[in-house]
Amino acid sequence: MDFELSEERRILRDTAARLIRERYPIQARHEFAAREEGFSREMWADFAELGLIGAFLPGEVGGYGGTGVDIMVAMEEIGRGLVVEPFLASAVLSAGLLAEFGTGSQKALVGEVVAGTRLLAFAHGEPESRYALSEVRMQACESDGGWILNGRKSVVLNGDTADDLIVSARVAGDADDEDGLALFLIAANTQGVSRRGYATVDGGRAAEIDFDNVRLSEDASLGPAGQAFPAIERAVGRGVLALCAEALGAMEVCLDMTLDFLRTRTQFGVPLGKFQALQHRMVDMCLEIEQARSATILAAGKLDAPRAERERTLSAAKNLAGRVGRMVGEESIQLHGGIAMTWEYALPHFAKRLTMIDHQLGDADHHLERFIAFSRAA
Amino acid sequence: MDMNFSDEEKTFRVAVRAFLKEELPDSLAAKVKNGTRLRKEDYLTWHAALNARGWLAWHWPVEHGGAGWTPVQKHIFEEECVRAGAPRVIPFGLNMLGPVLIKFGSKAQKEYYLPRILNDEDWWCQGYSEPGAGSDLASLKTQALRDGDHYVINGQKTWTTLGHFADKMFCLVKTDTQVKPQEGISFLLIDMKSPGVTVRPIVTLDGEHEVNEVFLEDVRVPVANLVGEENKGWTYAKYLLTYERTGIAGVAFAKQGLEHLKQVTRDQKKDGRPLAEDPLFAARIAQVEIDLMAMETFNLRTVSAAAAGGAPGLESSMLKIKGTVIRQEITDLLRRAIGPFALPFVPEAFDEGYNETPIGPDYAMPLARQYFNMRKLSIYGGSNEIQRNIVAKGMLRL
Ligand SMILES: Cc1cc2nc3c(=O)[nH]c(=O)nc-3n(C[C@H](O)[C@H](O)[C@H](O)COP(=O)(O)OP(=O)(O)OC[C@H]3O[C@@H](n4cnc5c(N)ncnc54)[C@H](O)[C@@H]3O)c2cc1C
Repeated sequence: MDFELSEERRILRDTAARLIRERYPIQARHEFAAREEGFSREMWADFAELGLIGAFLPGEVGGYGGTGVDIMVAMEEIGRGLVVEPFLASAVLSAGLLAEFGTGSQKALVGEVVAGTRLLAFAHGEPESRYALSEVRMQACESDGGWILNGRKSVVLNGDTADDLIVSARVAGDADDEDGLALFLIAANTQGVSRRGYATVDGGRAAEIDFDNVRLSEDASLGPAGQAFPAIERAVGRGVLALCAEALGAMEVCLDMTLDFLRTRTQFGVPLGKFQALQHRMVDMCLEIEQARSATILAAGKLDAPRAERERTLSAAKNLAGRVGRMVGEESIQLHGGIAMTWEYALPHFAKRLTMIDHQLGDADHHLERFIAFSRAA
Repeated sequence: MDMNFSDEEKTFRVAVRAFLKEELPDSLAAKVKNGTRLRKEDYLTWHAALNARGWLAWHWPVEHGGAGWTPVQKHIFEEECVRAGAPRVIPFGLNMLGPVLIKFGSKAQKEYYLPRILNDEDWWCQGYSEPGAGSDLASLKTQALRDGDHYVINGQKTWTTLGHFADKMFCLVKTDTQVKPQEGISFLLIDMKSPGVTVRPIVTLDGEHEVNEVFLEDVRVPVANLVGEENKGWTYAKYLLTYERTGIAGVAFAKQGLEHLKQVTRDQKKDGRPLAEDPLFAARIAQVEIDLMAMETFNLRTVSAAAAGGAPGLESSMLKIKGTVIRQEITDLLRRAIGPFALPFVPEAFDEGYNETPIGPDYAMPLARQYFNMRKLSIYGGSNEIQRNIVAKGMLRL
């Protein structure tokens, strides 16, 4: 075993950290988030130029990484910066899917994603699916050698600005069968696709997307139609790892800011950090963050392990990210007192992101149940 | 001992329900239930309806226009109001300043201010906290210097809830800086329209405007506006805080929140079945329901004892801690219950007259906002840490 980062990963981390430190103060972040698209195209281009989008994707398709460790290292910095650009939606979830399961011409798009010139979104969740991966009601019917799609996708991250969507749909089976799912690559401006974009609590963007008799050619499918579940699970697995690492970055900022605050804020004639009741709370927070970090490192290392082992480890990490994220968000607000209830102060925005991470790709309870299921299978 | 409501109490509940049915406008109840932002007039409408019936000042003795209720009646009343979707009664005049004036105010102050509170001629706000004086309230710096028949006030208050609606502020000021902090504080009543008072909004983490900063620059306040004696303000301030605390425990809000949670989880589906039937989630709900059942009885025991002679004492600190933790837990479960639909952030949806299709189920829109907003419960009214210090010292003698 070796827990040291390689030279390349250290460079990746330092590059990301420097760019974010220099270009992404919290005021800039709020300004980007408030734009109509919910992020900065210029920042996105700069991230691309420094290779940060490519870090999430393997060399064969034009990326510079794509392993669990790459995802972890880059996302942790993105979490520290509270970055709103669409790394998760475009690079991790969608381009990752194309890279692993796309046809030749679909894979070719990955290069444009890496270059920052094409945005993708993964349209999988539905109004009733909650976090269940196989629950898909959207229908895809064969017609004239192509496909017709009907249905609705919900809370699609960055779905409002994506150039193309990767959409899951059912070609056979019941609403919650793992068999019978397909994935399609669709240009977002295809006739019959309508999008309603909106802001999210954590400064991001999402969309409700309706598909009304959307006609697709046969080659829109990623891999054989009806057998897409493993691809979906892989993509979501990478997304889960990315979210865990992003949460870590946000937690570290919360911890640092709270420590700073307790050292400088005086009440009753002493810095708040002198009160033992608060010291112990900080120690607990610090300790739990190390737990979350350890689970994330483990999951990064097992990202390509056999299914049960991999999924069990990912779910463990996301369960911890959810539990520890809640604790860190709530505790750091509490220990700050009133100041952390204000929009103007940076901390609550990190706490909001931590909370919303628990609402993406499965919450702590969802992953607790998955952990149990995959532990039985392992 | 009898854990059942008496016949009179049951009859009282029926009367309260009838009153609510008659007097609480449906449109107002709908606003409260949907999380629509309330306007000042909404509160005033509701206060007026309660006042017309003599039910506005339930913390006051009858001779001052109070309802003269038993603790159980107050409990029933609050529960029914919250359940019906009535707006909360704004506590600053009624539940905070009122009891202080009744106990420590001059005859003239009682005669002038108490009816004005009942008739909503004065909307009060609470000027305790300052940027440098939160938990350590006694370290406050706002200064009052005597100049003939006036005090001249300079300083800054902050976190002033609904200060932008307020006509008047009860305010803690320093009248003696040479003594121990607690011994140099006075309790003053300030007209917000006085020259030198500036109110600036603070936007909270949920993007809302509820609290303010209040700047005081050479504000002249008549000496007649001093409550009680000069430099004795700390005693009155603390007396007020015990009232504030008990309110924050919020049993009625917690019960309403729990009901709402149950409704939401009956509607939300997980793996094709109602979330309410999911063993893991059902266990979480049951846990908080057990805590709440016990806390409700704890609360009733405490207020009954207080009515029998004791003032609400250290138990109010314990109730504040437990009550706020339970309320926060319920808001946490509510946001978790709606899964991915916690994410949408559509502040316009809380404007009056918003009629676009909600994103996800209609009940989902306010829940994440509420979760974040309710973090305040464990911070204000004396933080939960400060309440623990009070109990540790005062009750456990540690
Ligand atoms: C939404 C909201 C509305 C409010 N409305 C009003 C209002 O209308 N009028 C008004 O006057 N005030 C109001 N307040 C202010 C509120 O009373 C203060 O925020 C509160 O007293 C805490 O003070 P602080 O924020 O300065 O935190 P601090 O006192 O700086 O405390 C920071 C942290 O340290 C902890 N701490 C402090 N001292 C100790 C100790 N000795 N031991 C252990 N832990 C300690 C606290 O518990 C807290 O966790 C409001 C606050 C909020 C958030």
